[in-house]
Amino acid sequence: MPLDAGTKPSTSPLAPVPPKRVWLAITAIVGTTFVAGCSTSDGSAAGTAAVPKAAGVTLLNVSYDPTRELYKEINAAFATHYASQHGAAVEVKQSHAASGSQARAVIDGLEADVITLALQPDVDAVARSGLVRADWSNRFDNGSIPYHSVVVFVVRKGNPKNIKDWPDLVKGDVSIITPNPKTSGNGKYSLLAAWGAVLATGGTEDEAKAFVTELYKRTPVLDTGARAATATFSQKGIGDVHLTFESEAHLEVKESKGDLEIIYPPRTIRVDPPVAVVDKNVDKRGTRHAAEAYLGFLYSPEGRAIIAKHHYRPWGESPPTPAPGEVWPEVVAFDITRVAKDWDDAMKKFFAEGAVFDAIYQPGGGK
Amino acid sequence: MSSTPTTTGSSPLARAAAIAAAFAIVGGVIVVPLASVFFEALAEGPAAWWRAIAHDPDTRHAIWLSLTVAPVAVAFNTVFGVAAAWLVARFRFPGRSLLISFFDVPFAVSPVVAGLAIVLIFGRQGLLGPTLEWLSLKVIFSWPGLVLATTFVTLPLVVRELIPVMEAIGPEEELAAVSLGAGGWQVFWRVTLPNIRWALLHGIVLANARAMGEFGAVYVVSGHIAGATDTMPLRVEKLFQEYRTPASMAVASVLASIALVTLIVKFVIERRIEAEFHEREGLAPPADSPAVASLAIASPKEAVA
Repeated sequence: MPLDAGTKPSTSPLAPVPPKRVWLAITAIVGTTFVAGCSTSDGSAAGTAAVPKAAGVTLLNVSYDPTRELYKEINAAFATHYASQHGAAVEVKQSHAASGSQARAVIDGLEADVITLALQPDVDAVARSGLVRADWSNRFDNGSIPYHSVVVFVVRKGNPKNIKDWPDLVKGDVSIITPNPKTSGNGKYSLLAAWGAVLATGGTEDEAKAFVTELYKRTPVLDTGARAATATFSQKGIGDVHLTFESEAHLEVKESKGDLEIIYPPRTIRVDPPVAVVDKNVDKRGTRHAAEAYLGFLYSPEGRAIIAKHHYRPWGESPPTPAPGEVWPEVVAFDITRVAKDWDDAMKKFFAEGAVFDAIYQPGGGK
Repeated sequence: MSSTPTTTGSSPLARAAAIAAAFAIVGGVIVVPLASVFFEALAEGPAAWWRAIAHDPDTRHAIWLSLTVAPVAVAFNTVFGVAAAWLVARFRFPGRSLLISFFDVPFAVSPVVAGLAIVLIFGRQGLLGPTLEWLSLKVIFSWPGLVLATTFVTLPLVVRELIPVMEAIGPEEELAAVSLGAGGWQVFWRVTLPNIRWALLHGIVLANARAMGEFGAVYVVSGHIAGATDTMPLRVEKLFQEYRTPASMAVASVLASIALVTLIVKFVIERRIEAEFHEREGLAPPADSPAVASLAIASPKEAVA
């Protein structure tokens, strides 16, 4: 693994300033005079050269819900790293909500320099709108997936409902918290994990469908995003089990101060959250260099250590331990190909209008 | 409410029960949750409360943002409200009733729908998206979008307050001023404005409270950028979701305090409106009567719910 790696810059970072940039700068100045204080995020004037001057740049990382704490630390470390490497100050602002909603916001004009979303179709959606180039997944190592996670269970202290494996979720009166698969990446992975777990133990597609139908009958509420579901389970105390990412589970358990615990099911789905530079925005704002360095930083030893500390599993050999003395529990994790041909197929099969989720879910006890 | 005997003939016992029930409901639904916000906010002491408010740059920014977005939205609604109320109170024209009912649309429409409508118009793929992009102007996910969303939801508050007052006062004084040679602005500053000032202030106070507390519409157009587009109510939610409950409640307590101040100001203004109303009618004000022209207060409390 090369250091500071992963970056495959597609244009020379030292390209001369195209004349169009000058126009952008002029329009920007005129624009700001007209609507004083109008734009919020761009102290960085358009039309800077590739490596920003010491005055610095602001990047906006539009991410999914549970990565708030991770990127807060990454951003601080990256600022130091970038300043020492390139002598330029960079401030990374962050925006978090459900992955699908965030993709939509970027498409609608939320001026992200990078997107770090929960699943490939959300980045694809942004790419289809023309903001991200279609070959985005080849631009960083591992298909532009710097870290993985798995879907696990969080239960109340002592596991009173004795939930150890997927079939236990639909026994007795177990009530389940998971976010809405329509908007949330966490929600999508939860459904796919449940489906795949049935297939992986020799079940048929029909049995898988029956299982998830029963599972979603037991969801009193489907929050729009992962973090709202966490709040529902841990802070509002609703439900017996919370299906969530390993990273979110660790945070939740730590914050509960002993009231919750993590259960690793024997089989689960691997979570593949991809990252991408938003080409159109970075070229407009002149932030490509910093944006590519930022995502590349996620593959660096320092970035990987921070990722591991927040209980995401960094890609690459010998992942750093999550915390001194802690280990990564062994899990048998399948990927998207266990339940569909690929992500596009999975979206069509499970989450499109009238697909599996619409067929099995009747809004009931919840909202 | 006056304690004068009424004609209902109910027993004193039933009345006492009704009063007790009213107090219990108000206590349970309003006072206890509001008090618990302050309790939680101060759970770690006033020093921690102050740190949460003043030492977190993102929270500071959220407070500053709310303090800039709300007044601009209110200022716009004040100008619009006075002009629109004057128009519909002084003139009869085709479509007048329709116009008045349109003032109420923001009350009827869910704020989330309002936010989405703004995205549909000003978003990159929206009606004006390409034009705005060409001009390098940002509306949604930026300050102007927040102002727009806030203006939309608070639109009815000033104009609705003024229409009945202007109609009650009638055009006579303005006509008299004109007949004595006053110009348009003179009439406005010397006659119209003094007559409506308390109602106007009442509307402004309500609009400001609503603007400070707005969540739904602003949520949709904000883009959730910490330290950039989070207003106070959005910050409350974000802090809560980031396991920083005391900090979240500290910001919520600031919002709740604004609500309490609003209530007091509103009460004082209503007293003034009443006094002027009775002065005008040449009556002595009764000891304790409901105020005129009062709209239900749309409070920022939804933000902490």
